[in-house]
Amino acid sequence: MRDFSYLRATSADAARQAAALPGAMLLAGGTTLIDLAKCGVAEPDTLVDITHLEGLDRIEIDERGAIIGALARMGHVADHADIKSRFPAISEALWQAASAQIRNMATIGGNLMQRTRCPYFRDPSNFAACNKREPGSGCSAIGGVTRGHAVLGTSEACIALYPGDLAAALVAFDAVVHLGDRRIPVDDFFLLPGTTPDKEHAIEPGEMITAIEIPASAAARRSTYLKVRDRQSYEFAAASAAVGLELESDGRTIRDLRVALGGVATKPWRARAVEEALKGKVLEPETVRAASLLAVEGAVDHGANHYKIELAPRVVARAILKLGEAA
Amino acid sequence: MTVHNIRVGETKRGDAADGALVEAVGGRLSRVDGPAKITGAARYAVEQQLEGLAYAVLVESTIASGKVRAIDSKAAEAAPGVLEVLTPDTIISLRTAADWFGTPPPDKPYCPLARDITFSGQHVAAVVAETFEQAVAAAAMVKVSYGETPAIVDLSDGKAGDGIPIDAMTKEWGDAAAAFASAPVRICAAYNTPREYQAPMEPHGLIAHWEGDHLTVWEPSQWLDGMARTYAEWFGVPFENVRLVSPYVGGGFGSKALALGHGAIAASAAKMLGRPVRLVMTRAQTFTGYGGRAATRQTVTIGADHDGKIQSIVHRGVNETSIEGMWVEPLGSVTSIMYATPNFSSKQNVVRVNSVVPGAMRAPGENPSAFGIESAIDELAYEVGIDPLEIRLRNYAEQDPHAKKAWSTRQLREAFAAGAERFGWARRTPEPRSMRDGNHLIGWGVAAGTYPVRRAYGEAIVRILADGSVEVESSSIDMGQGTYTILAQTAAETVGVSGDDVVVKLGDSRFPRAGVSGGSRLAGVMTGAVYKAATSALDQLIGLAISDPRSPFHALQANTLVVAKGRITAPRGDGPDVSIAELLKSVGRVHIEATGDTMPANSSAEDRYKNYTTIAMALPHTEGDYSRHSWCAHFVEVRVDEDFGTVRVSRVVSALDSGRLYNPKLAESQWKGGIIMGIGQALLEEGIVDRRHGRIVNNNLADYLVPTNADIPDIETISVGIPDPHSSVLGGKGVGELAIVGIAPAIANAVFHATGKRIRDLPITLEKLI
Repeated sequence: MRDFSYLRATSADAARQAAALPGAMLLAGGTTLIDLAKCGVAEPDTLVDITHLEGLDRIEIDERGAIIGALARMGHVADHADIKSRFPAISEALWQAASAQIRNMATIGGNLMQRTRCPYFRDPSNFAACNKREPGSGCSAIGGVTRGHAVLGTSEACIALYPGDLAAALVAFDAVVHLGDRRIPVDDFFLLPGTTPDKEHAIEPGEMITAIEIPASAAARRSTYLKVRDRQSYEFAAASAAVGLELESDGRTIRDLRVALGGVATKPWRARAVEEALKGKVLEPETVRAASLLAVEGAVDHGANHYKIELAPRVVARAILKLGEAA
Repeated sequence: MTVHNIRVGETKRGDAADGALVEAVGGRLSRVDGPAKITGAARYAVEQQLEGLAYAVLVESTIASGKVRAIDSKAAEAAPGVLEVLTPDTIISLRTAADWFGTPPPDKPYCPLARDITFSGQHVAAVVAETFEQAVAAAAMVKVSYGETPAIVDLSDGKAGDGIPIDAMTKEWGDAAAAFASAPVRICAAYNTPREYQAPMEPHGLIAHWEGDHLTVWEPSQWLDGMARTYAEWFGVPFENVRLVSPYVGGGFGSKALALGHGAIAASAAKMLGRPVRLVMTRAQTFTGYGGRAATRQTVTIGADHDGKIQSIVHRGVNETSIEGMWVEPLGSVTSIMYATPNFSSKQNVVRVNSVVPGAMRAPGENPSAFGIESAIDELAYEVGIDPLEIRLRNYAEQDPHAKKAWSTRQLREAFAAGAERFGWARRTPEPRSMRDGNHLIGWGVAAGTYPVRRAYGEAIVRILADGSVEVESSSIDMGQGTYTILAQTAAETVGVSGDDVVVKLGDSRFPRAGVSGGSRLAGVMTGAVYKAATSALDQLIGLAISDPRSPFHALQANTLVVAKGRITAPRGDGPDVSIAELLKSVGRVHIEATGDTMPANSSAEDRYKNYTTIAMALPHTEGDYSRHSWCAHFVEVRVDEDFGTVRVSRVVSALDSGRLYNPKLAESQWKGGIIMGIGQALLEEGIVDRRHGRIVNNNLADYLVPTNADIPDIETISVGIPDPHSSVLGGKGVGELAIVGIAPAIANAVFHATGKRIRDLPITLEKLI
C-alpha cells in the first residue's frame, strides 16, 4: 500500500469530476478497495470519499418497484421490511453475503463494483501474469488452482469468477443501474471478460453509480436466493441461484420464471434458457430438474471447478421447487 | 514495563455445581483475564508503546526453489522514512542456536535471511522505516532476482520419492505381517490429511529493544524461557540478558513456542539501528513464516476375526518436512495404543518437499494418527457387521499394548458409556443411508481420542503481602486456556484466602521459570508448582504465628493453626481470630515469600536451566510403572444434503477423561475449542498449493476456511475423569489437545453412515460427496 491523497467530495458532481482524474477512485464502504490496496492490486493516488453525501442512501419503494440509493448499506437493505416482502431474493442474497461487519460498512453501489477473489489476481508480487490486472500479461489461473473459478462466460484471457450474491438477484429481476441520468440494465452493466477482462463494468470515467432500480413483478415478490457453500457463513458461493416464480391462476402452471446464477460465471448469470423451457409448463420436479440442466449450457471447466457444473443445476432446481412448494 | 495484574475479585463469576467455592481448585471460576480482553484493556505484546519505535516489514521469496541472484534495494533505501534494508549481505551475523531438545548446535553462523531458497514465502530481506506505512511501501520496491530450480511441491510430487525412514518411530511386536495374512477378515485403506494452519487470531510479531547488551523482547509466546535462550544464543549474550515479555497471547495452538526467523530479523534490526523495532507478520505471511501441520499419508491394514477381534495392525505413515528442516509428525502414536492387538507394526518415513518446515499444531501426531486408526476401525466394523461402538469395546486395551504397562487411569469405557447414553446411540440404525430428513441424509459416527500426559517442570513464587493479599509470579503464560485463573484458584485454596485477594503475574521471563506451554502440560505443572510454593508460604505463616513471641498465638502453644478466608484461628477456635495482615504487622514482617517447584530434589542449577529452556528432560508418559494418557469418546451427528454434498455437523456429544479438572468451566471451554477446530479440520481446512509455483494460494482467512459460529452446533461435553495421582501433583491430566483428537474421524464415520461414501482425504468438501 502506498501513500494516497484523501478527498472528501462536497457533492455528487464534484465526486464524479474528482474521480475522473487519473489515479483517482471513489471510496464508499471501502470493504473491497482497502483490501485490494493492501494486497497491492489497487494503487490509487487519490481516494474520493462519498460516504457522507446526502440523499444517496435512500430506499424508495412503490408499486412500480424499488430505487435503492448507491450509498445504502448492505445491512440496511437486507433488513428493509418492504424489500423483504416485495423482493425476498434481494434481502436473502444480502443476508447470505459477507459477514455482519462487512454488511454494515459496504454499500450497494460498492457491492456492484466488487472484484473477483481469484487468488492470482489478488497477489501481484507472486503472480505477474494477470490479464485483468495487466492486459496482455497472461492468465496465471489457467493451469493453476481453479476450484473457485468460473465455468460460464470464461475466455482464453480470463476465468475469474464474479463472486457477488446481490447482483445475481438484480439480474434475475431486470434491475437497472442509475449512473446519474444514464440508465443501463444491470445485465449489461457487467461485461464478459472476452479479450478485455480488465474492463469489468460498463461505466466510464466521470460516471458514478447513484442508484439501482428494481422493477416490481409478481416473480420478484415470490422469490428466493439459495446459496450453497462448504462453510455455512462468510464464504462465497460454490453455486447459488436467484429465482422468482409466478404461477397461473391454476396454481400449477408457470407463467413467469426468473433464474440467475451466482458462483459459477464471470458475471452474474441470467439463465434464460431455463426460464423459457419452463414457462407455460406445469411445475413438477422432473420437469424442473430436466430444465435446470440448461442453466449450465456451454459450461467449460478447468479441472477442480468441474463440480460447479454438476452443482449449479441442482441449486436452480431446488430453488424453483422450494418456491413452488410455498404456494 | 509491568505485567498487567489481574485481581480475581474484580471478575468473580461462575457457579460451583458441587457447592464448592468457585475460587477453589475445581470451582467454575470465569476467566479472570476475560473482562480486560473484552474491554480492550489487555495490552498485548506488540501493543507496547516505546519511544523511537521503528517498523520492519518482511520481503519474501516468490519462488519455491533456487537461489537469490541479486537484491536491488536502491529504490527502497531512497524511499521516504527508510532507515535500513536488511539483506543477507547487510544483516549482522548471528550464531546458530540449539534446537528445543537443547542439542548443542553446529558452530556456524545463522542468517535468518535466505540466499538459498527452499520454499515460497521464505524471508529474503526486510525493510525498516520510521512508520509502518513507509516500510510497507519501501518493501514493495525491493527487487529480488532469482535463479529458479524445479521444486518438489508436495507429497504427491513425482520427485518426492519415498522419503527418509525414521527408525525411532518404528513400533513392532508379534508378527504383524503373518497374522494379517492369516486373518479371516482384512481391511486396508489409505488416509490423507492436508497441510493445516494454526491461524491464531493474533498474528506473530514482536518488538525488540536493546539496551547495551541487554535485549528485551515483547512477543506472544508459549515458552518465554525457551525463546529467551534462543535469542541469547543467536546474539551471543548471557541468558540472563534476555527478557521476554508476553502478558497475553492471542492464541498459539503450538505455533508460538519457539523463537522464529522473523524474531531474529527484528532483533537484528533493533541492534543495528540502536532503536526498538516492531515487526508483525501479515496474515498471508503467517502461512509461510512458520509451519502449520504437515500433510500426512497413512495406510492402515487390520486383520481380524469374524467377530471383530483384531489380530494384526500394520501401519505405514509418511509426513512431509522441509528441504532443510526436520519435522516428524508421529503418526503411529494413537495406532499403537488405542486397541489391544497381539501383532503390530508401525513405521514412518519423512519426505522432503519445498515448504517451510512444518510445526506443532494442536495434538501433533495424535491428531492425524487418530484419523487413520479411528477411520479404519469403523471400516472394520462395517466389514464384520458389528456396531462401531461395540467393536471398540471388544478390542478395548486393558493395558498399554505398546509399553506393556498399566494405564495410570483410563476412563475410556466410561466415556463410551456416558457419551452413548447422552447421544442416544442405541437408537442408531446401522445401515448407511438409513436415516433421512427431507433432503438431508443423517449420519451418526463415533471415534475415540487420546493424548499423552507430558510432564515437565515449573517454579513459582508465592508471596503473602502485608495487607494479607497473595501474589503469584511465574514466567508461564496464558494463551487463553486460563492459567491466570487456575493459578489464582490454587493459591487461594492453598493459602486460605479469598480469590479477591490473589494477584497472578505471568508472562515475564524475570519471574520464576517455567517450561513450554505445549503438549497440554502447563496446567498440571504449574498448579503443582504454585501448590508447593503456597504450601511453603502457609507453613512459614503458621510457623511465625506459633513461634514468634510477638504473635497473639504465641501463648497458645498450638501445634498448628487454621487459615481460612484470610483469617488465622486455632483449630478448635479457642484463641485469637486475627487477619493475616494483623499477624504480619504484629510480628513485624512486610511479607512472606516462598518459591516452589516441581523439580526433582537436589537438582543442580544446570539441570534447572536445561529443564526450563529445553524439553530434553521432560518425563516420558510411560516413565515408571504406568502409561499416562487423557482419553475421550466423540459422538457426532451430521446432516448431508444429498444434492449439494454439503456436510453440517448438527450434534456433538463428547465424554472426556482429563483426570481431575482444576476448573471445569475452563476445561469444557478448551474441549469445545478442540472440537470446533476438529470440525474445521474435518470439513474445511486445507492449504492449497499451486503446483507450478509451489505456493499456498489460499493464504488468507477468506480462502483458508475455519469454522464460523454458524458451522458449530451445540456441543455437549461430559467429564468422566477421576484424579490421577501419577500424572500431576493435583491429579489432572492434559486438557487442551485431547478433544481435537478423534473429531475428524468421528465426522468422517458419520458421513459414511449418512451417505455410504467413505472419505479418506480431508477435508470432506462438497465435491467429494456430490
